Amino acid sequence: MADGQSHLAHHFDSMEQQRESSSLGMWLFLAQEVMFFGGLFVAYAIYRFKYPEAFAVASGYLSVGWGAFNTVVLICSSLTMALAVRAAQLGDKKKIIQYIVATMLLACVFLGVKGVEYTEKYHHDLVPGPAFQYVPDFDAYTVPVTAETAHPNFAGHVQLFYSFYFVMTGMHALHMVIGLGLMIWLIVKALRGRFSREYYAPVEMTGLYWHFVDIVWIFLFPLLYLVWRH
Amino acid sequence: MSDHAEPHIAPLKTYLNVFAALMVLTVLTVWVALFDLGPFNVVVAVTIATVKAYIVILYFMHVKYSAKIIWLTAAAGFVWFILMLALTLADFATRGWLPIPEPW
Repeated sequence: MADGQSHLAHHFDSMEQQRESSSLGMWLFLAQEVMFFGGLFVAYAIYRFKYPEAFAVASGYLSVGWGAFNTVVLICSSLTMALAVRAAQLGDKKKIIQYIVATMLLACVFLGVKGVEYTEKYHHDLVPGPAFQYVPDFDAYTVPVTAETAHPNFAGHVQLFYSFYFVMTGMHALHMVIGLGLMIWLIVKALRGRFSREYYAPVEMTGLYWHFVDIVWIFLFPLLYLVWRH
Repeated sequence: MSDHAEPHIAPLKTYLNVFAALMVLTVLTVWVALFDLGPFNVVVAVTIATVKAYIVILYFMHVKYSAKIIWLTAAAGFVWFILMLALTLADFATRGWLPIPEPW
C-alpha cells in the first residue's frame, strides 16, 4: 500500500474520496456563508434602492484610495494563499510556511488600514449611534437639493449607510481575524511536519475560506466605496 | 484509483495570470466609477465584481478542476442568494403600484 494510506481515515475508501469529502463539506459551509453575508447584501440593496442619494452622499466620505489599496492587498493575499496550497500539493513544506506568513502579513496590513479608516470615521462623528453627526452641505456642489436630500431625516438615512458600512466591513474583518487564527494553526501543523503530498486538506480548506473572504471584499469595495464618484 | 487519485496541480503561470486579471479588473472598476452612467453605475460595478468572483472561484478555489458535485454546491449558494435578492427587490420595487383600497 502507498504511504498515503496512513492518512486515510477508516471510513473512506480512498484518498480521493477523502479529499472530495472535505472539499464538499467546506463548500457546504461556504454556501451557508453566502447566505449569511447575503442577508446583509439584500438589506443593503433594499435601502440603497430606497435612499439612493443618501447612500451616494455617505459613500463620498469613504476614502477610495484606502479602499482600492486594501482591495489590492487582499487580492495579493489570495495569490499567496493559492501558492501556499500549490506548495502543499507539491509537498514543499518550507514554501507552505513562507506563503502562509506572507498571507498573514498582507492580512495584517488590510486590518491595519481598516483600523485607520475606522478611527477617521470616529473623529468625523460618522459612527452610527448617539454621537453620529451629519449636516448636509447644500452650498457645496456635493449635495444637490432634491426631495430626498431635503427630507428632515436625511442625516438618518446617511447614518443608515454607515450602519451597513460598519456591520458589513466589521463582519468581514472578523472573518479575516478567524482566518489569521486558522493560519497560525496551519503553521504549527506544518512545523510539526504533519503535511505531505498525500495529506494537506487543512491547507486547502483554509485556502477556500480565505478566497471566500476575498470574494466578499470584491463585492463590498464597489458597493460601499464607489457609489458616487462621477 | 492510481491516476485518478492525484489532484490537479495548476501551473504557476495560471495563478499569476489570474492575479493580473484581478488587478486589471480592480483598476477598471475604479476608473469606470468616474463616469456618470445613471442607474448603470451599480450594474457595471456588480458585473465586474461578479467576473472577479467567478475567476477566483474557478482558479484560486480549484472549482474548474473539481468534481461536479463541488461545482453544484458552489453554484447552489449563489443561485439561492440571487433568488433571495431578486424576489425581495421585486417586492420592494413594486410596492405602491396598486392603490391602497379605501377602508369599508
